[in-house]
Order: sequence, then structure tokens, then C-alpha cells
Amino acid sequence: MPPVKWTTTVSSKRLTFPADEAAIRELRAGDEVLVDGHIIGIRDRTQMRIFDEGVEPPLDLNGAFLLHTAPGVRKLGPGKYEKVCIGTTTSARMVRFTEGLGRDYGVRAICGKGGLPDEAIEPMQRLGMVYFAIVGGAAALETTQIEEIEEVYWEELMPECLWKFRVKDFGPLTVGIDAHGNSLFHDVQEQAQEKLKELFARL
Amino acid sequence: MTTSVTTDLEAAVEDAAAYLYVWALKDIPQDLRDALADAATKETSVPGQRVLQTILKNVQIADTDKNLVCQDTGIAVYTCRVGEHFSLHPARIYAALKTGTERATIEHPLRSNAVHTITRENTGPNTGYRLPIVHWEFIPDWDGLDVKCVPKGSGSENMSFLKMCVPADGVKGIKQFVLESIVGAGGKPCPPGIVGVGIGGSADYAMYLAKEAIARPVGTRNPDPHVAKLEEELFELLNETGIGPMGLGGDVTVLQCHIEHADTHMTLNPVAVNYQCWAARRATAHVNAAGEVDYDREF
Repeated sequence: MPPVKWTTTVSSKRLTFPADEAAIRELRAGDEVLVDGHIIGIRDRTQMRIFDEGVEPPLDLNGAFLLHTAPGVRKLGPGKYEKVCIGTTTSARMVRFTEGLGRDYGVRAICGKGGLPDEAIEPMQRLGMVYFAIVGGAAALETTQIEEIEEVYWEELMPECLWKFRVKDFGPLTVGIDAHGNSLFHDVQEQAQEKLKELFARL
Repeated sequence: MTTSVTTDLEAAVEDAAAYLYVWALKDIPQDLRDALADAATKETSVPGQRVLQTILKNVQIADTDKNLVCQDTGIAVYTCRVGEHFSLHPARIYAALKTGTERATIEHPLRSNAVHTITRENTGPNTGYRLPIVHWEFIPDWDGLDVKCVPKGSGSENMSFLKMCVPADGVKGIKQFVLESIVGAGGKPCPPGIVGVGIGGSADYAMYLAKEAIARPVGTRNPDPHVAKLEEELFELLNETGIGPMGLGGDVTVLQCHIEHADTHMTLNPVAVNYQCWAARRATAHVNAAGEVDYDREF
């Protein structure tokens, strides 16, 4: 059997968020990226409130980097929290919010683990968005890259609030879906389905 | 036994549960560390290698910062082996495990994940109706108690699959179902992890066995040679799928495949798959009749 061809071209980039469309369109699936600046933590219930209940988010998401997270925190006082352990959750559950986030709020990047299904590819291409794959479970490291929890909204959804974090050297992230119609997850799944046919034939 | 001894034992079990939950979350077992390091020597894809190096770095940082390896504190799942002469009744053991789980959650503090399954309201300190989940085994001619804590994250638990294969599907049907389940799961359950497979028994028991399988020390083999052979075969096949670390493509899709089995009805062939992420957390307490506790990763 010929060996599976892995991605071999690697480009390492650094981006500060919020970011504009031009910077996002420069990224290609497979690129390694480190992120600085501000990122926004969201999760299932946060987005259900925005899109299913029609509640406007209380902060500007234009150019934003959204992280799929429900952080472990310690409360210091009213509206003030310090980090305990912050990591990233599975993105696929939240794919249906992708288009609305880009179209209605100008979100530029969604970051999570495990990838987004193929239905995210077209809106990301059209709207100029990317999906960043983080290493799921690597929360001890991720916590060190979050400098401060600057703001928290919708505390009643704890821990699925809207969080504003200041980050430095956040990553390494892999561009999983770029703004040009490419998805590593689609490609890996396509290859694996082909491989399954071959494996089944051998059983 | 006097009441005071019983109370002391209950306190000992409660303390053990509180300690186990936090310890399991912070300090992953050596057999798992070895398996992850070994995976990094085998991976040839660039994103896959990036993932594995990040995982190894993360485990080190958890050690030095005394932080949790993963933020998902999971649902606390305990397996108890209760000696027939252990003088604390299982009803009190359950109460102690529940209180210990709550104490760990509040005192550390740990993220609370438990919600009512319909209202989705958070129930508080990682406990609730029928939470934590406790499985029981009863051991004759023994006066001790073993408690294993497996905090189970949702990313991997959501990737659980059951198929009632028919006898005519045979072992081939079992292999196909496990392979298509893991390929379909892709990067969602945080690969490379441990694939737990339960075969035989009934629908519910097969899934219980799959959960038992993920909680074994990494790379241990089923004592039944037929089952051990299937473990080896599936382990090799799964790593040919190319899903790779975090589903980004690569050589290492799983760290291991463990299978537990039960005899079954002549017309049943159940197959259950339960995934355990790379952060395969587990820890065990051994409580003796005097309430003295030792901790390790055995059983």
C-alpha cells in the first residue's frame, strides 16, 4: 500500500485579535498559528441565547476570535474571576451557529477542538472566517497562555457565560478550515472512509 | 462493629473520594504517560506531531503548576469492589462517595458540570440525582474496599456507540462496527485515546463492559486469548485509519484497544464502544478494615 500523504507544507504565523478579513484570508489549512490579543469564550448555551432566544450579545464581536470553552474559575468578587483551569470543548455541537456569527456579528475566527462538520466550509469561505483546531485536553498549558479574565457577561449561565480573555502566545493552533474552502477534517475523513473500504475487504 | 468504627470508615471513604477525584484530574498514570511518549516516537504527520508534543508539554505543566490536565472535570464515575466482611454498608459507601465528590468540587474548586437532563439547570457540586455514578462488585472472603475513580469527560463520552450485531455478523461485524465508529468520531473524542469495547451480555451490560475496558491500565490484555487476539487486531486496524492525533491526520489514532466480554444469548452479538480521551484519568484507593487507605493506579 502507498503511504498516506500527510500535510508537509507548514507555515507558522502570528495573529493579533480582533483581526480583519485580509489577515484571515492569508491563512491556509494546515498553517500553525499563535494568537495574541483578546479572545471571547462562548459555548452551547451562550449561542442558544443569542440565536434561539434572540438576545443581542452585550459586547462587540466584530473581528472576534471565539473560543469554545466553559472555564474553571474562582470567584474573587462581583463580576471578577480568576482562572483555575481553562480548556477547550468539542466544536461540532455548535456548527449551526457558524454562519450567523460571521454574517450578523462579524466574527472572524472560531477555535475549538475536534473540527467543524462540512456545513461550516461554505459560510467560512463566503464570509472570510477560519476554524482553528486547538489540542483538546491541553488545558494546563492553555491556562498559562491566558493572561487575564477581563470581562464576564451572562454570569447566570455559569460556566457557559460570555468571557473576554487577554491572551499571549495562545496555541499552537492549526488552521483546520480556511477561508478558501479547504478543510483538513473533510480531507482526513474522506481518506479514512476510503481506507475503511480497503480494511473491510481484508477482514 | 460499633457505630463509631462505621462512622470512621465512612469518613475514610469520603476523604478517599475527595482525594481521588482531584488526584486523578491532575496527575495522569505512568502507563498512560509512557503510551503518549511512545506515540510521539511513531507519529510522522506534522499536525499530528504538533498535537503530541503539545500534549506532552501540557502533562508536564500540569505537574509543575499542580493544575488539572484538562478543564473537563467530567462526571465522576466510581467502581467499588466491596469485600463481604467490609463493615461499611454500600448505602453508606455511596453517601461517602457523593459527599467526597462535593467536597473536592467546592474545596479545590472544580468546575461543576452536573445539570438536570431536561431543564439543564446546574445541580451544584458535580453531584445530583443518580450522580456520581457508582458500579459495584462484591468480593467473598475479604474485609477491604477498593474504589476506582474515573472522571469521564463529555468529549469522549459523547462518542459512545452501540450496535446489536446478529450472530451471522460474527467477529467481522464487531470489527467493522468498531472501525466505523472510531472513524466517524474523527477528532471529537480527543484522540489518540483508549477505545473500550464491550461484547456479549446484553445491550446495557455491553456498554458497561466498554466503560470498564477504558479504565484498565493502558496496554493490558484480556486474559481470554480469543479476546486478547481481537484486541491486538483492532489496535492495529484502528491505527491504519489515518484519523491521527486530534483528527488532523496521522499515524497514531488510538493508544490502545481494550475489550471486556460476557457470555451472551445464542442469538445476541452486542457490541458497545466507549471512547476514553488521551487524558485517560484514573486513580484508585484501597481501604482496609481499619480505615487505612493506600492510593495507586492498580485495578
